[in-house]
Amino acid sequence: MQNFLRDAVEFMPILLQGVWLTVVVTIGSLLLSTVLGLLWALMRVSGIRVLTGLSAGLINVIRGIPIIVLLFYLYFVMPDFGVALTALQASIIGLGIAYSAYQAENFRAGIEAIDKGQIEAAQTIGMGWWLTMRRVVLPQAVRIVLPPYGNVMIMMLKDSSQASTITVAELALQGKLIASSTFKNTSVFTLVALMYLTMSIPLILLVRHFENKAKRK
Amino acid sequence: MIELSNVHKSFGSNEVLKGITASVEKSEVVCIIGPSGSGKSTILRCINGLESYDSGEILVEGAKVDNKAPSIVAIRTQVSMVFQRFNLFPHRTALENVVEGPIYVKKEPPAEALERGRALLAQVGLAEKADAHPGQLSGGQQQRVAIARALAMQPKAILFDEPTSALDPELVGEVLGVMRKLADDGMTMVVVTHEMGFARDVADRVLFIDGGVIVEQGAAKSVLNAPQHARTQDFLHRVLHPL
Repeated sequence: MQNFLRDAVEFMPILLQGVWLTVVVTIGSLLLSTVLGLLWALMRVSGIRVLTGLSAGLINVIRGIPIIVLLFYLYFVMPDFGVALTALQASIIGLGIAYSAYQAENFRAGIEAIDKGQIEAAQTIGMGWWLTMRRVVLPQAVRIVLPPYGNVMIMMLKDSSQASTITVAELALQGKLIASSTFKNTSVFTLVALMYLTMSIPLILLVRHFENKAKRK
Repeated sequence: MIELSNVHKSFGSNEVLKGITASVEKSEVVCIIGPSGSGKSTILRCINGLESYDSGEILVEGAKVDNKAPSIVAIRTQVSMVFQRFNLFPHRTALENVVEGPIYVKKEPPAEALERGRALLAQVGLAEKADAHPGQLSGGQQQRVAIARALAMQPKAILFDEPTSALDPELVGEVLGVMRKLADDGMTMVVVTHEMGFARDVADRVLFIDGGVIVEQGAAKSVLNAPQHARTQDFLHRVLHPL
């Protein structure tokens, strides 16, 4: 235990640098996946056949490719097409795209849960599609969507470790580097696990808060 | 001001409207009665473009109703609709429901719209419920808010789709009372209803629809008190003497 504490003090500064990148990757890809997911979902419910088909196709393609392959593709293949991304950019874009498919399905479920009668009522007072979405559907869908959205946040925090495979020195990669140079596997990976857990707990509490709020409605 | 000529409408292979020709004059109250599944609601939904129709023509103040055309928005702001299940926006208060259209569709200054909204809620007897959410209101109160929401668009006509069918019997009166007042004030109304008393007292004309066609129409009292057609007689007998 004493050894562990000593190791912890020694390795913490390096691991905290990793934490910083983990947070950057998580927040960056969360934002990107939210925007893309909302876009796919709105295309899917637009009632315009081309957009609906395009969105359904995109979601299936994205869902069918492992995150790690998507990351390799962005980082190692795109330069051949003249698009050179930094490892950090590639990881945010890759995770953002990968998760946009799940976000889209979540958002669509929320949108489709809104009673059709309300949409008709909005139409009969002259609201167009976008105004109906903005004023009637989305404000109510948000409440339905929030608990699963919180779960996506937790999964993303953990999956940000996949950025390590394309050299982003986030928490998991920092841990691996320290472990392989010091051979203190037990101390290092216990620390890494505890740090992920520490970051997850606030999110877990947030999800519980959302769920309670949704139940009260 | 509303004219239907030879309107046909099918859902798949099921033809629900088989050539409806009718008209509604300004300030007229027309009740549409008939068995369920006869196409009554579909007529209303075609008039303000919630459903498309296959052939024939529907004109509102001379403008053709086509729910694929941009002009449909203008028609909908002139012809409001009140639904069987109220369809209020549950995340907004009664007052917010009423002013939603004026502020966001007609772009009225919010202060003006709110003042008018409060007056409309007072008109339907709900001045003190302005800040209540739909979930806190009874069915009758919700339907009166829905009527205020329809009125807030300052429509030239209001379509009522079985406005009292989802209400507990003791709440029907308060909604019919509001509707009766509207009729007295000269509002043009098309009402799909099973309330024969309301039809007899308030309607100028009654259309009896069965199987997608107008079987009989005429002055309310003559259709309801002395129906000519056997199907009308049979329907009225079943409605008025259910046992």
